[in-house]
Amino acid sequence: MTITTDAELDRAFLALADPVRRALVARLSRGPATVNELAEPFAMSKQGVSKHIQVLESAGLITRTRNGQQRPCHLDPAALEALTAWIDTYRLRAEQQFRRLDDLMHDLNKGEQK
Amino acid sequence: MTNATTITAQPGQPIIDIERIVDAPVDAVFRAHVEADLIARWLGPKGYEMDVTRFDPTDGGAYEFTHRNPEGEEFAFRGSFHSIVPGERVIRTFEWLGAPGHVSLESVDFEDVDGRTRITSRAVYQSIEDRDAMIEHGMATGVTEGYERLDDLLDA
Repeated sequence: MTITTDAELDRAFLALADPVRRALVARLSRGPATVNELAEPFAMSKQGVSKHIQVLESAGLITRTRNGQQRPCHLDPAALEALTAWIDTYRLRAEQQFRRLDDLMHDLNKGEQK
Repeated sequence: MTNATTITAQPGQPIIDIERIVDAPVDAVFRAHVEADLIARWLGPKGYEMDVTRFDPTDGGAYEFTHRNPEGEEFAFRGSFHSIVPGERVIRTFEWLGAPGHVSLESVDFEDVDGRTRITSRAVYQSIEDRDAMIEHGMATGVTEGYERLDDLLDA
């Protein structure tokens, strides 16, 4: 699954609007992990963590593979790229523009002091 | 040291809110929004040239400008100034002529913060599709360091 539509983007952002799910994503950014491994740092039942994982999975942010009895979770880099791209392109453009405004203000200020 | 820019695009709403402090008094920041020769020096992406072909910053006045990127491609925009309150607020429409009819309504407020200026801007688009198209258009800047930036996203 790739994140291309607004509905998918909305779902992905909503999935990340939770500190536990952000922590899970941060953990998975370092490599795949099983539900047990993911649940370890949290004061939360395995079932509770499983629910969060389902939200991330249906948002297209993570995938699960089968490895014998285990079903490790993997982060989907393409999905995350879609999110960060969406944020970054706009942020970058706005930032660049404001930095130019900063420079202009600096120039105006210098001119007035002459 | 650059001041932080806050950009908020709520899911499901055709709105983008931007907030930024500029280290200059309100008068100067306001001028940079309503004087053609000043606006040409900062509005738009870095490295683009800007030709302002029409600029009438009065209630009901119009503006037109063209951005030219280093490859020579041109992007024309136009809109109207709906209202201008000196030192306080500018309300204008905005349309990229590459997608005519997709007009957004922008308000920009200026507020004094101990001699500095808080700019609060809101752009309202006709649809969420319009908002996202606006974000995606005109920006093909590389987005490769996904993971590094993810850290910022997650820390936010």
